[in-house]
Amino acid sequence: MKTLLLIAIASAIVNNVVLSQFLGICPFLGVSKKTETAAGMGGAVIFVITIASFVTALIYKFVLTPLDIQYLQTIVFILVIAALVQFVEMFLKKSIPSLYESLGVYLPLITTNCAVLGVALNNVTKEYNILESVVNGFATAVGFFIAIVIMAGLREKIEYNDIPKPFQGTAIVLITACLMSIAFMGFSGMI
Amino acid sequence: MNKNTERLYNGIIKENPTFVLMLGMCPTLAVTTSAVNGLGMGLSTTVVLVLSNLLISLFRKVIPGGVRMPAFIVIVASLVTMVEFIMKAYTPALASQLGVYIPLIVVNCIILGRAESYASKNQPVSSIFDGIGMGLGFTFGLTCIGIVREILGAGQIFGAQILSLEWFTPITIFVMAPGAFLVLAVLVAIMNIVRDKMEAKGKPLAAPSGCITGDCASCGMSSTCTGKSTNSASAAKSE
Repeated sequence: MKTLLLIAIASAIVNNVVLSQFLGICPFLGVSKKTETAAGMGGAVIFVITIASFVTALIYKFVLTPLDIQYLQTIVFILVIAALVQFVEMFLKKSIPSLYESLGVYLPLITTNCAVLGVALNNVTKEYNILESVVNGFATAVGFFIAIVIMAGLREKIEYNDIPKPFQGTAIVLITACLMSIAFMGFSGMI
Repeated sequence: MNKNTERLYNGIIKENPTFVLMLGMCPTLAVTTSAVNGLGMGLSTTVVLVLSNLLISLFRKVIPGGVRMPAFIVIVASLVTMVEFIMKAYTPALASQLGVYIPLIVVNCIILGRAESYASKNQPVSSIFDGIGMGLGFTFGLTCIGIVREILGAGQIFGAQILSLEWFTPITIFVMAPGAFLVLAVLVAIMNIVRDKMEAKGKPLAAPSGCITGDCASCGMSSTCTGKSTNSASAAKSE
């Protein structure tokens, strides 16, 4: 239990996926203009990464390891993730339309999100078992959610400020990300 | 200028993936803590890009349009796996430094972007040169950013101390995570100024594409991705 808690805190806050591992920068910069949209994206990422960590951990343990073909992990994982996102989308559309309404538009964007593949590969590198992989995936995605929602909140405020012309747009967002990253470095003493 | 030199010039200068197109930001931020890491990442991406451009260009008439993207991804992922093993065998120190970012070359938007926009429509030879040009442009960009961060953060270039520690206090934050964002922010701002100047001269630069613009249209995956209208869809929903 203690290990799981440590993994969760480390992945969600200390080694934040966006601010210290630089995974998932694309949606972080692209979909963070409004808090509401950012929360939707964050929710979709939590959903997908948690399922993807579970499925890739299962496949690694019960397919790749017995057949001794662990070296195919990159190829297998990316295909599994791409197929999985499609399935999740179809399943949600049919069975839980209300959830699909709120997350649906973000799902296809996540297929090529490097955070999903990154988490799956990290789970293997760190030799997590299936439960630890799922916790790690969920916590990493929560870290993404925290980062993107904070960023969207800040961007809504920044819009009304007088920013020097060259820094308008992406540059000021990156400066904000830099400051957020410094703030998150403060957590590194926690573990 | 013949077509192949034009491709090299296009990749390294005119449409430089780091400075002009601003593609592949995840590895740019993550591995440029030193010039050597930037160079290593750039060169491994170049190898993958050249080979994937070649293979995709060779198979462009065989691969059916509907399964184009999955086929490209399998080709790129196989190449990345090979490059990863070669690096682990011959440059183990660099491979452990770059860590998970080597397999993540698969999702680097430069590679699928070039596959989609160039290699799948052109001859193998010019596709190879396109890959070399884009790859070297990316390598150049990463190395430059790596050099800046290494000088400011440690006073070194390629591991050699050039600023004496007697009078220079390294600004360590530049080799840490926040420094990556800061250096990239300044780079984007400088490019905005250059862009304005070039436009005033009547020689506009190519527009940045990929994730940095927050616009999906230019992404390599845009043809299969149905989430393109996310921003407009959610805007409509919130009204």
